Amino acid sequence: MSASLTLVVLMAVMYAAGVYVMLERSLTRVLIGFLLVGNATNLLIFIMSGRPGSSPIVTGTSLDDMVDPIPQVLMLTAIVINFGITALLLALIYRSWWLAQLGDEGDTLTDEHAAESADQADDAFRSSSDDDDAIAESLDEFERGDGATSDEDTAARKTDAAGRAAASASPRDGEEKR
Amino acid sequence: MTALVPLIVCLPLLGAAIALMLGRRRRLQVLVSVLSLTAATVMSAVLLVLVDRFGPAVVQVGNWEAPWGIVLIVDRLSAIMLLISALMLLGVLLFAVGQGIVDGDTETPVSIFHPTYLVLAAGLFNAFVAGDLFTMYVGFEMLLAASYVLLTLGGTGARIRVGITYIVVSLVSSLLFLSAIALIYGATGTVTLALIAERMPDLPADIQLILGLLLLIAFGVKAAVFPMSFWLPDSYPTAPAPVTAVFAGLLTKVGVYAILRTQTLFFPDNQFSMPLMIVAGLTLLVGILGALAQADIKRLLSFTLVSHIGYMLFGIAIGTPLAIAATIFYVVHHITVQTTLFLAAGLIDRVGGTTSLSRLGGLLGSSPLVAILFFLGALNLGGIPPFSGFLGKIALFQAGTIVGDPIIYVLIGVGALTSLLTLYALARAWNMAFWRPKKQVKNYTSSMSASLVEDPQDEGIVLKKTISPLMVGATTSMLVLTLGLTVFAGPIFDLTTRAAGNISSPSTYIDAVFPNGTGSIADSNLGTNFEGGSK
Repeated sequence: MSASLTLVVLMAVMYAAGVYVMLERSLTRVLIGFLLVGNATNLLIFIMSGRPGSSPIVTGTSLDDMVDPIPQVLMLTAIVINFGITALLLALIYRSWWLAQLGDEGDTLTDEHAAESADQADDAFRSSSDDDDAIAESLDEFERGDGATSDEDTAARKTDAAGRAAASASPRDGEEKR
Repeated sequence: MTALVPLIVCLPLLGAAIALMLGRRRRLQVLVSVLSLTAATVMSAVLLVLVDRFGPAVVQVGNWEAPWGIVLIVDRLSAIMLLISALMLLGVLLFAVGQGIVDGDTETPVSIFHPTYLVLAAGLFNAFVAGDLFTMYVGFEMLLAASYVLLTLGGTGARIRVGITYIVVSLVSSLLFLSAIALIYGATGTVTLALIAERMPDLPADIQLILGLLLLIAFGVKAAVFPMSFWLPDSYPTAPAPVTAVFAGLLTKVGVYAILRTQTLFFPDNQFSMPLMIVAGLTLLVGILGALAQADIKRLLSFTLVSHIGYMLFGIAIGTPLAIAATIFYVVHHITVQTTLFLAAGLIDRVGGTTSLSRLGGLLGSSPLVAILFFLGALNLGGIPPFSGFLGKIALFQAGTIVGDPIIYVLIGVGALTSLLTLYALARAWNMAFWRPKKQVKNYTSSMSASLVEDPQDEGIVLKKTISPLMVGATTSMLVLTLGLTVFAGPIFDLTTRAAGNISSPSTYIDAVFPNGTGSIADSNLGTNFEGGSK
């Protein structure tokens, strides 16, 4: 079995650095260490496929030139798994940072929208969709506007929409102040 | 019957997808997960009967033949593991449903719990039916990823703290497993278990040693074998009671299953007997000494869990068909009894408000049913005749005396001592929590409690919660199952003996995967640079 020396050295360096960083106290560094060791392992799988060759499965390649496809398949799967786990770890690290910043309060913080009732939420949605309609309408007219729509007209419609948006936003502001 | 093999993995996954979509409809979600696990239980029972009668069920996924495609294979050992884990998963799920109904689901986000739990089940089943190392790795990763979520459910400070330790430890073991797969592929040119089994004996002895030890370390971390067991007693007790129960019962046993499978297949000459014996003895002793010092019932049980892994390693180390049969029996016994005890601890937590022995008392009067559940489970785990714990240990010791090495006699001694110390630890726990009157709890001094150390994460809050009939029912049915193992120990031991006969010679397994022999594979192997096997 022949393998590239560069890859072997790279793998060894990544393993060493990864293990070293993983032993740190900081969780972010543990994550970096995990990424390094994980990718070093992927390299190890790749090295196990032996000498380089032409792509497999494509028709026309002779069996002797072909590179072993199985390690590549294994690598791909391993990369996907590592990716998922990394995302989960990041979420947990963020959560633990959050808890460390806030102490026990972190557990008891309530959702800022928890007090909103379903009706209020519906109102907010309805009014914002009204605003969207108004803006879309004015834009349509502006595009259509072969000189028939004056600039003042559009501006008036826009301020109207803005005014309605402000009006619908204000009750919520009051709620937050309370 | 071969259709059942992939189905048992796909069905829980499908259930998980449906349960995730039904996140807001709790009742439907519960219905989906209960139904899919019930179906999995029925399928694994059918598989066990069929496999026992007609021999291993082999599926070449996508009709790609064995060394190139993915092989799924269910032999008797796999079928036994499938059935017992499906039963446990179902029982614990019912317990969790009962707890969710009582709590009103404020503590745990149930919309996440059910899908994750089903993914855990699918991962477990996948690991048991896998016919090649990489599929086994994928199964492990599925169940581990689900276990990370279940352990940190709710995201409270304590759970995040222990969760990160658990995750990092599991990740390291997974990476070791992956490296082992890479090296095995480099050495043998395949990841199919059956083909590795055929090529492994041709490798030089030192390469075999490296590969074997790497696999042992990777699985040893998962199975919580002594030097690698430090993470378990810290992480398991923090999770919600049903999660702890299912972790304790099943997750470590997947590691034991993997060790059993790879040792018997790859190293039939039992080269690793001596290191396994030493590690088994240390696991037994160190684990149970840890249990003696624990004031918290869940931590105590976690330490006994670590300790009793030693019995199974001992059986694998002896390696005779009788010892393997005893090991399989012990695995089945241990899965059921640990799950029962952890569920009972969950009930204690609710009726007593805490699981710390220094604050519990007088529970015998207030909740006699929980007392009986814990008492019978404790006797069973401690190995009192006539329970299955006693039968399993006797079978192991008997298999050991037939081989009769001096170190085996030492280990039998250690095993008997561990059994007695387990009984002591659990009897003391029962005495203090149930037998001791409530009014003696304050200013209690006794030589029994002198050595007890509190849980470092103990919050000291006494908050009693009600228990629902479903929770008690689930625990009781688990207990009935352990008693069933005792009553039907004869037929079950016959079954495990047949299972051991299957796996104690690799040729049965190899013949099942390659009915036409492996001769034609070596020439046309896709790994064109494969040279290892011929040397």
